[in-house]
Amino acid sequence: MTQTGLILKSQRFRSEREADWKRLESLLGLLEAGKRNQLSDDDVIALPLLYRATLSSLSIARTISLDRNLVDYLESLSTRAYFFVYGTRTRLDERILSFFLRDWPAAVRALWRETAIAAGLGAMGALVAFFVTLRNPAYFYVFVDRALAGGRGPRASTAELTRTIFDTHGDKALGFFASFLFTHNAQIALLAFALGFACCLPTAFLTFYNGLMLGAFLALFYSHGLGVPFGGWLLIHGVTELFAITLAGAAGFRIGWALAFPGSKSRLEAASDAGRLAGTLMAGVVLMLAVAGLLEGYGRQLVTSTALRYAVALLTALVWAGYFYGPRRPR
Amino acid sequence: MKEPKSLVRELITPEGIDLRLVLADGGERLSAFLLDIVFILLALVGLTLVTGGLALLFSFRSAEVMGVIWILGFFALRNFYFIAFELTPRAATPGKRIVGIRVATRDGSPLTPNAIFARNAMRELEIFLPLLFMIAKADGIDAWTGIVGMIWCAVFVFFPLFNRDRLRIGDLVGGTWVVVAPKRVLSPELGAPAARPVFSETALDAYGIKELNILEDVLRRQDAETMRAVAMRIRKKTGFDLPMPEAEFLSAYYIALRGRLETRLLFGRRRRDKYEKA
Repeated sequence: MTQTGLILKSQRFRSEREADWKRLESLLGLLEAGKRNQLSDDDVIALPLLYRATLSSLSIARTISLDRNLVDYLESLSTRAYFFVYGTRTRLDERILSFFLRDWPAAVRALWRETAIAAGLGAMGALVAFFVTLRNPAYFYVFVDRALAGGRGPRASTAELTRTIFDTHGDKALGFFASFLFTHNAQIALLAFALGFACCLPTAFLTFYNGLMLGAFLALFYSHGLGVPFGGWLLIHGVTELFAITLAGAAGFRIGWALAFPGSKSRLEAASDAGRLAGTLMAGVVLMLAVAGLLEGYGRQLVTSTALRYAVALLTALVWAGYFYGPRRPR
Repeated sequence: MKEPKSLVRELITPEGIDLRLVLADGGERLSAFLLDIVFILLALVGLTLVTGGLALLFSFRSAEVMGVIWILGFFALRNFYFIAFELTPRAATPGKRIVGIRVATRDGSPLTPNAIFARNAMRELEIFLPLLFMIAKADGIDAWTGIVGMIWCAVFVFFPLFNRDRLRIGDLVGGTWVVVAPKRVLSPELGAPAARPVFSETALDAYGIKELNILEDVLRRQDAETMRAVAMRIRKKTGFDLPMPEAEFLSAYYIALRGRLETRLLFGRRRRDKYEKA
């Protein structure tokens, strides 16, 4: 086809610019496939220029060309390029660094009110179940599922209960135990977060129920004079785990609250602002639960001295509190 | 243009041009999701076979390690499959790529990891909780609790069908939506007809832009049967009776019609279809 074979203005328009579009298309193909290093310096410099040229072509094509294939092609190419040119520009390692240095602690601090409410609900549950079970041990199974309780019930003897605290399960299946605990707890935490969507109520119930179970166990061991060793058994990982679950509840509350009472923003806007903040927090919660799983699976089975268990618990409490709420240099 | 108007959304770039994003409809979303589920299940079967096989191979001395790998792999697949793929530059899982859709933020800003995390953490509520409910309903829950629970779950599952932007709960919370992002190919130019017969004014005023686009499709598809039928219709309507092969006639008429409509367009007259005044 010769140049003279092109009859219409819109055809000449296309033939003059087609090479740029094709070049942008091939660069995008490489970038989308993650082959960033195959781009030369010239390509990198050319990319935004090609993008603007294509956008301008699209704008012109819409007004002068009736070739639908051409307009569709330019629309799709411009959209692909837009997402790339205006997409995230930070590298993955930078993002991870900023997550740990700033975003995660900042999200935790921003949700301090919700965290306090979730912690309060959990504590309330624990207190209620503790006193009710202490007065009448038969209530234990109201709060704790039989399967979860295992051998630890109101009828168990002191010796049996002591064994559950200090038994090391051998040291064979610790890794499996740790990973099971982690995945189980992370799933519960994610659920607590997601349930916040329904006006906070299911999250509130879950947090409260978690406290109830804790209180019932505490009462059981306390009534056998095992309160202090049980505290060590629980807190060595519990500081991390309970904190993580409280944070997950707080994230759920923030979303439910934003949806119910969006304030001056639109409901959608409020929900997505809350969601992004809570999303950052939840990524951190999953990490905390991984730490808790390791402490529970390995730490608790390997450290059997109550004093040492309390020491580890105190240490984790200080580390988390310092990391999240400690003063930091203003940027 | 083919898409229903209700799914087209304005996205103005900083350069001031509207990209006219098209939202993915329910069918596309569902098929992408089902494809992803199939991939996840396949990966899970693969994971089980590999870890199980290795455990067997070492006569269960490494069974614990394999157990750990399996349980963590299961967790990662369930929770991070969607997140990991949506974090890539194409912002789409394999299922979405096949269907030709991607995730984007509703305000056109860059897609951040926390938005992706929030949007996918909500799947717990939308999919896994209803599934759990269906499996667990056998033990001792009475019928009414079951029914109420089902309705409650259905609200979340069918949420995307009941809002304008086809948002699921996760999209709502993450500030995202799912748009159509097909890779289109630039087809060769249609216009260099072998012969250029002269068409009369009335012959060129017979059709509008909609018909021109249909003719473009017919010419690109090159289906002999359709071309013959279309050529007959146009000849009859325009009263053009010079003997010419169908393909040649159609491409000559296409160029002439497009030239006329484009000239009119330059003067600000966009004739949508043949029913509009020429």
